[in-house]
Amino acid sequence: MFDALSDRLESAFARFRGKGALTEQQVEDGLREIRLALLEADVNFRVVRTFVGRIRERAVGAEVSAALDPGQQLVKIVHEELVRILGEASAPLDLGSRSPAVVMLAGLQGSGKTTAAGKLAALLKKRGRSVLLVAGDLVRPAAVRQLQVLGERVGVPVYAPVTTGDPVQVARDALHEARRLGAGVVIVDTAGRTTVDEEMMQQAVDIKAAVNPVETLFVIDAMIGQEAVTVAKAFQEAVDFTGVILSKLDGDARGGAALSVAEVTGRPIKFASVGEKLDEFEAFHPDRMAGRILGMGDVLTLIEKAEEVYTEDQAQDLQSKFLSAEFTLEDFLSQMQQVKKMGPLQGLLGMIPGMGRALKDVDLDDAQLKPVEAIIQSMTTQERRDPKILNGKRKKRIARGSGRSAQEVNELLRNFEQMRQLMKSMGGAKGLKGLRGMDPQALMAGGAPDLSALTGAGPRLPVGAGAPAGPGGPDRQLNKRVPARKKKKRR
Amino acid sequence: MDLAIELVVAIVVGVLVLVAGGVALLRGGRPRGGIDEEFRTELRDQQPTSPPSVAVPPDELEGAEPPLAVDLADPDLADPDLVSTDLVAPAEAPAPAADVEAPPEAPRLTTTERFRARLGRSRAGLGLAMSTIFRRGLDEQAWEELEESLIAADVGVEATMELVEGLRDRARAEGIRTGEGALALVKEVLRLELGVADRRLHRRAEGTSTWLVTGVNGTGKTTSIGKIAARLTAQGDTVVLAAADTFRAAAAEQLEAWGQRAGARVVRAGEGADPAAVAFDGYQAAKAAGADLLIVDTAGRLQNKTALMDELSKVKRVLERDAGPTDEVLLVLDATTGQNGLAQARAFLDAVDVTGVVLTKLDGTSKGGIVIAIQRQLGIPVKLVGLGETIDDLAEFDPDAFVEALFGGGEGSGATAVGDS
Ligand SMILES: Nc1nc2c(ncn2[C@@H]2O[C@H](COP(=O)(O)OP(=O)(O)OP(=O)(O)O)[C@@H](O)[C@H]2O)c(=O)[nH]1
Ligand SMILES: Nc1nc2c(ncn2[C@@H]2O[C@H](COP(=O)(O)OP(=O)(O)O)[C@@H](O)[C@H]2O)c(=O)[nH]1
Ligand SMILES: [Mg+2]
Ligand SMILES: [Mg+2]
Repeated sequence: MFDALSDRLESAFARFRGKGALTEQQVEDGLREIRLALLEADVNFRVVRTFVGRIRERAVGAEVSAALDPGQQLVKIVHEELVRILGEASAPLDLGSRSPAVVMLAGLQGSGKTTAAGKLAALLKKRGRSVLLVAGDLVRPAAVRQLQVLGERVGVPVYAPVTTGDPVQVARDALHEARRLGAGVVIVDTAGRTTVDEEMMQQAVDIKAAVNPVETLFVIDAMIGQEAVTVAKAFQEAVDFTGVILSKLDGDARGGAALSVAEVTGRPIKFASVGEKLDEFEAFHPDRMAGRILGMGDVLTLIEKAEEVYTEDQAQDLQSKFLSAEFTLEDFLSQMQQVKKMGPLQGLLGMIPGMGRALKDVDLDDAQLKPVEAIIQSMTTQERRDPKILNGKRKKRIARGSGRSAQEVNELLRNFEQMRQLMKSMGGAKGLKGLRGMDPQALMAGGAPDLSALTGAGPRLPVGAGAPAGPGGPDRQLNKRVPARKKKKRR
Repeated sequence: MDLAIELVVAIVVGVLVLVAGGVALLRGGRPRGGIDEEFRTELRDQQPTSPPSVAVPPDELEGAEPPLAVDLADPDLADPDLVSTDLVAPAEAPAPAADVEAPPEAPRLTTTERFRARLGRSRAGLGLAMSTIFRRGLDEQAWEELEESLIAADVGVEATMELVEGLRDRARAEGIRTGEGALALVKEVLRLELGVADRRLHRRAEGTSTWLVTGVNGTGKTTSIGKIAARLTAQGDTVVLAAADTFRAAAAEQLEAWGQRAGARVVRAGEGADPAAVAFDGYQAAKAAGADLLIVDTAGRLQNKTALMDELSKVKRVLERDAGPTDEVLLVLDATTGQNGLAQARAFLDAVDVTGVVLTKLDGTSKGGIVIAIQRQLGIPVKLVGLGETIDDLAEFDPDAFVEALFGGGEGSGATAVGDS
């Protein structure tokens, strides 16, 4: 998400490159692009206006820093403003000390409340809390059943005394049930409601009054348009929510609603829902999000994901293989499976700084790995370990076995060899030192690892990684610092 | 651990680059799309299509009502005047269509009236807001306000700029100077932008027609199917629903609840069953029962998930193997959706040849302006609108009411500026 936003900002900033101090006209041109980009990303037009106004103020009056050229300075200002609006730090769920602690979910129809209820339950259960889910949507047919199924999957009890009737009563009774079961956390799912339905909005108020939640979470679809602001304000007025869950971030919506909602309500976005499965739920990190908006990659998320998938032993093992260039096609095949566990590849790619631009036109879907897998799988173990033994005859056999052409087999092998050499050189941790803990500011100040060699490695990468990014001629520095990303799959 | 983690990142990078390079090469060698198509076909053919266990086997449907004579001269969904959707329970003999058309004591509202009444509920002073834009006449500020209103209605920056540009040119060329004149022009142009499209819902002259209902998660597919089915059974049609959303928790139960309300049978399978097989079985059941129409509900899917979009194409393909071309492929679009709506329409058009849009949740404050871009760029017309959660909250799309509503309510032009603090 946010890809086109970073594209637009990049094109806006490209104009500032190496042209000395910013003229007023240049600032206005840049701001125009920023404005259009934000609008296209569904940021509410009023929010855009204030945002751009603040950037203008700061850009015009900005003290000239020796370290940054004017374009970088504008990037920095935009980034800082984005972080400021999205929240300075990631906000955790605050369950207080009362028991049971009640969490209530509210939002429009179909925004993802019930799914989020299940995901929250799973998360809290994992943290050792005893959770009770409460089926408070008595409007949508089978909504109660939906929650019950999720509860079964997570392995937490679901309080669902009725399928029709008064959800306020259900919520109230749920507290007794929680005490009876000794549940420490109660998660109340509610029906979706439109903000103009006064009766239903009142009902939300009443449910809240009945259970006195410590956290009231507003669930909003990342695909929502300009009305995000109206809707968020109406829910804030009614239930004064304490945090936001941004759902369906696994889509390719640019998600400007995140900015709109944070700006007008001042409430932190606490979680990102990134899929239909129960574990596809993450803490929302404002700084990372801002970095992504600017196309600076999301290395921290990537590392976090890697940590989930790899044990330390595995990592050490790989490390030695790596350094000695012993990385075989067999290892590659198994690594591909591992990496897939980390999520859709396109999304992972987008998290790597500098990767997006080089792979701009590659529409990478995991299904497309099949040919690569098929080719390797058609090799014998020996061939996988030592591709050098592959002669024409063997290659033909592999091509036939995998249903690909011999030429494709050849190119895969060539690619692999280059990659192996590259890995070896990177294995010295030279290239990637500093990736960890790298913050966007450091990136902008020139601390980014040089991945251009890497992106240039694939012989058939669609876009020359080192190609000039704009009319300003080749400028690897800026190219690297403000890369664009395309087709990001995950937030 | 630190170094190890760095290495892991390096591997990921390496694997990704290699893989991406590999993909590029695999795609690069042939005309774009070629290998993809071939590859997809391969994938599809690998997937088993073993039939799931069906809760309502075809033979159970044999005792169903014989198909009613349907007025085939008018294949439209419903008489535009039809509002009352007295449910016809499955056991009861359906009322003859003529009776439904003229219930003497039923309150009569046209769908347009209904559309307007519903919209009016959320938009006090409907139509007023639009005229306020031009209340001071036709100055620069008026054009800017118009632009802003359109953007606020999710029409999109590009479409808005093009539209307003065109409007300015025409106003100049036609010598329009008054606010009223401009207003009339705006309405006319927007009305045209929505197309003079064919908004009918297509049915076959003979046999069981098939409609496929698609869309991203949570837009209102299942609900809309329930409402549509209710309309048709009230008209005397026999409708069968296929619960091909085998993924989401309790999706089939939800459709069954709607089937009960609407008086339509539901064919379902267990969770995780192959959705294409459910659609196939749905058609078999519908055909055996001599039903007029089969409506297939599908799982919500985000359009950027290629595997899920392929799955959807397969549902359609498998259904068509037996049933012939699908008569309607509806994309259900949530009116609150912003610019992503266009990407949705494009992807679903690509995957299953969408023939019409159902624009839901227009009873909220969102205007659904993205459908203008969808019509302009892709030529997909809006056919139906959803106006609430109850069974009769469905109306045919009324372009005039829609255009007027684009400007009303919501934040209002005079509302306090957001974030001005
Ligand atoms: N206000 C309003 N709510 C609607 C409308 N149509 C559907 N809904 C509600 O929106 C929510 C989602 O509707 P569903 O019919 O389950 O949507 P779906 O597209 O089938 O959802 P998935 O199958 O989960 O992808 C439910 O709470 C519905 O009651 C509408 O026109 N207006
Ligand atoms: N892709 C995706 N789908 C989601 C996400 N969250 C919810 N959904 C789906 O969106 C639809 C509506 O979700 P649900 O939880 O029933 O919404 P509710 O009506 O607000 O309770 C369902 O099909 C969910 O599977 C998400 O983060 N990503
Ligand atoms: Mg729900
Ligand atoms: Mg559904």
